[in-house]
Amino acid sequence: MEHPALPINVTVNGKARAAEVEPRLLLVHFLRENLGLTGTHVGCDTSQCGACTVHVDGLAVKSCTMLAVQADGADVTTIEGMAEGTALHPVQEAFQEQHGLQCGYCTPGMVMTAAHLLETNPEPDDDAIKHALEGNLCRCTGYINIVKAIRWAADQMRGQHASS
Amino acid sequence: MHPASFGYHAPRSLVEAFGLLREHGEDAKVLAGGHSLLPAMKLRLTQPEVLVDLRHVSGLSGIRVDGDTLVIGALTTHTEVSTAEAVRRSLPGLADTASVIGDLQVRNRGTMGGSVAHADPAADLPVTLTALDASFVLTSSEGERTVAADEFFVDFFTTALEPHEILTAIRIPLPPSPARTSYAKLPHPASGYVVVSAAAALSVDDAGACTAARVVLGGVAGTPHRATAAEAALTGQELTPEVMTAAAAQAADGIDPHADSYADEDYKRHMAVVYARRAIEAAAARA
Repeated sequence: MEHPALPINVTVNGKARAAEVEPRLLLVHFLRENLGLTGTHVGCDTSQCGACTVHVDGLAVKSCTMLAVQADGADVTTIEGMAEGTALHPVQEAFQEQHGLQCGYCTPGMVMTAAHLLETNPEPDDDAIKHALEGNLCRCTGYINIVKAIRWAADQMRGQHASS
Repeated sequence: MHPASFGYHAPRSLVEAFGLLREHGEDAKVLAGGHSLLPAMKLRLTQPEVLVDLRHVSGLSGIRVDGDTLVIGALTTHTEVSTAEAVRRSLPGLADTASVIGDLQVRNRGTMGGSVAHADPAADLPVTLTALDASFVLTSSEGERTVAADEFFVDFFTTALEPHEILTAIRIPLPPSPARTSYAKLPHPASGYVVVSAAAALSVDDAGACTAARVVLGGVAGTPHRATAAEAALTGQELTPEVMTAAAAQAADGIDPHADSYADEDYKRHMAVVYARRAIEAAAARA
């Protein structure tokens, strides 16, 4: 049985978006297919790999495990909303500087989780970084440079904060 | 992967939610954080006709102390439980449990009520909540009833919750200080779900004797399993390393764990003893 589309209003990367969506539409497909924001990836599709991680009302969540209708009224940030113009977010810059990626498929999710971690814990030790990354899988890097990148980003962000 | 098509309602009150549940009966499922239900729907393990999302119902979230009881709203997320000062101070075993569920993103959305109502035999919270002698507030249009954890979990994915009821809160008796509660988990390395886990809650008097013990195993049965022989072996004793090891050795008594492709029965039996010992020792070491 088909069910009627429902209206939703979501703020995505600062921009108000209104749409009518089927109740079963997942947030990740709303972002990718309705809005064309394909930086958010679908990896495992079973809540394991974290490639689809976005921020919903400031919290890192797996957008493959959330309905678009559950995001009605929410403020969503995707990887496309992290840079300011041409200035990369410090976590994005860190992944570049510290070679925190190879194929890059997991990177948007890694960046979103790391950015959330650094907002809640600006000075994480390696154990805290690894614990925070348990829901993000990478098949290339072996994680060493990802952890290094997040440490580097934490230093940069604290430095910026101290000098501002 | 898409779930099968369903109708969606986000009622503004419990009364409205009860009306939807009455109207749709067993075709309806209650949606909290969705981190048990949505994966099951994507895999077509369950295909509800209607979802009743509680996100707009107020009063179902948050943590408060009510006399000698900690009350946790059903929509409180694992992140909120694991970081709440009242939980960390009074029920460290519960904070530890909430902090190892799934992963950071799952904990940001997944709720205590959702996890409990789903009653996955490989979930973390049912184990610890049984050790803590928690009880569950089940609310319906007829009123509310409170069911103890020992009676709430009935079988694999089956609880005492009736289709017209909503789990609204979890009530946990606050233990005397220091709270000797703990959780030890052997996670599946890929999924993070429990292979075997153990939770312990111990009371110790001024003379150092254990006056009450609850030791509960996860992953070894369809519901959390009270290791009653281990509990009896601790009660009345001073918690020396020898007493704790001997008690844990009895943790696997009477269990009949289901083998799966990752862990056979003997391995689970062995791990039940190992993790029971770790949980008992960690609880005893709290100060």
